[in-house]
Amino acid sequence: MAVARLWRHIPARYNLIGTECQICGGLYFPPRTTCPTCRRDGKIIERKFKGTGEVVTYTIIYSASSTFRRQTPYVLAIIRLDEGPQLTGQIVCNPDEAEIGMKVRPIFRKLGEDGSSGIIYYGTKFTPLREASK
Amino acid sequence: MIGITSYGAYIPRYRIKVEEIARVWGDDPEHIKKGLLIHEKSVPDLDEDAATIAVEAARSAIGRCNIDPKEIGAVYVGSESHPYAVKPTATIVAEAIEATPDLTAADFEFACKAGTAAIQACMGEVSMGMIKYGMAIGADVSQGAPGDALEYTAAAGGAAYIIGKKNLIAEIEDTSSFTTDTPDFWRREGESYPMHGGRFTGEPAYFKHIMSATKSLMKKVGTKPGDYDYVVFHQPNGKFPLRMAKMLGFVEEQIRPGLVVSKLGNTYAGSSLIGLAAVLDQAKPGSRILMTSFGSGAGSDAFSMTVTDGIEETRGKVPTVAELLKNPKYIDYALYAKHKGKIVV
Ligand SMILES: [Zn+2]
Repeated sequence: MAVARLWRHIPARYNLIGTECQICGGLYFPPRTTCPTCRRDGKIIERKFKGTGEVVTYTIIYSASSTFRRQTPYVLAIIRLDEGPQLTGQIVCNPDEAEIGMKVRPIFRKLGEDGSSGIIYYGTKFTPLREASK
Repeated sequence: MIGITSYGAYIPRYRIKVEEIARVWGDDPEHIKKGLLIHEKSVPDLDEDAATIAVEAARSAIGRCNIDPKEIGAVYVGSESHPYAVKPTATIVAEAIEATPDLTAADFEFACKAGTAAIQACMGEVSMGMIKYGMAIGADVSQGAPGDALEYTAAAGGAAYIIGKKNLIAEIEDTSSFTTDTPDFWRREGESYPMHGGRFTGEPAYFKHIMSATKSLMKKVGTKPGDYDYVVFHQPNGKFPLRMAKMLGFVEEQIRPGLVVSKLGNTYAGSSLIGLAAVLDQAKPGSRILMTSFGSGAGSDAFSMTVTDGIEETRGKVPTVAELLKNPKYIDYALYAKHKGKIVV
């Protein structure tokens, strides 16, 4: 990934900073520069999401590209944030722990790296919420 | 008065038992457990490193208090396993707690005492009025070469401290350091694993430095061992801090509450700071705490503290050290090697 693109995504990846349309109240993650509902009349501002949410659906990845190979098998899920928007993210748990409807919370992890000499990407993954109150 | 406004610890979920490492290398586990007073150690997940651990600890410290991260004027991260040789861990942490961009940040290095050196830097800047709050972190994913004695102890974890003048949970009365050029432990640039001076790591390094810093601190503050409710020393194993306490005239009841190494291992820059967090988790208003770190190379930083009434309001908001040590996931040596990326033998 280009370093510039990585850098632009840091607020979203680290802190789930998305956007909100002040006209219609629409919430967007990943962030959008225009409101799909209000179009030209929309007024977009930054909006931070808490990161707690629920698993809508998930899949278990057994074979992955070289960056992720060491991590297989891992759980990739569509998560509906408590505020509404849905996003795709990795759930850090045993594959047999994953289930639809499971509540999750955000954690800060390495997302990948460009080989051993390139940039390391950090950002948000998720873990079952029940572990928060362990 | 300057002191601790908040703190937070983080420990990865995975553990490996001494028995499992001993099985692979043909060592006697009982002999090692008795010698080191370590039963198991933490292991980072595949996607964890010193930066992610520092961020989790920093977020825990923020979650415990009510301060706005934008009021933090400095973020310093002490580690000997910074993910990059050039590019600070501290900027990653500052961004992840949304303290950016109006602050200063830097990485600290001084083996296992880099985190306490960062606390001293924050104390200086807060007392000068340069910053309102400073965050000091000690975090490591330490490496011991396969088959080396360090493999039984080298663990992963970290703790973050917010230093300030307001909303204190503990006042820091004073700090003293003792530093010499002592080659007890080192790692050259580009090398994967550290080297150490074997028995040389004990008397002239660990014991001499902690003893000197602790004595000079007590002299400065005008205290004696009996004045403290708790004492915390760097914990490379379970034996050293117990012996150090005895040599200085402390009793076991003072050191036990902060001695977390037997179920955690040596978290290097995180070690004394996680021990202090375990003490703060249970200390009462008025409790007096003495903490002395040790970093190879070598040096010690000693701190004398008194817990304030403010500590009670911070309970229950984020996990305690005892809670972080609960419910571990045990792994075998093969998975451990994968987690640590130990392919280079
Ligand atoms: Zn809109």
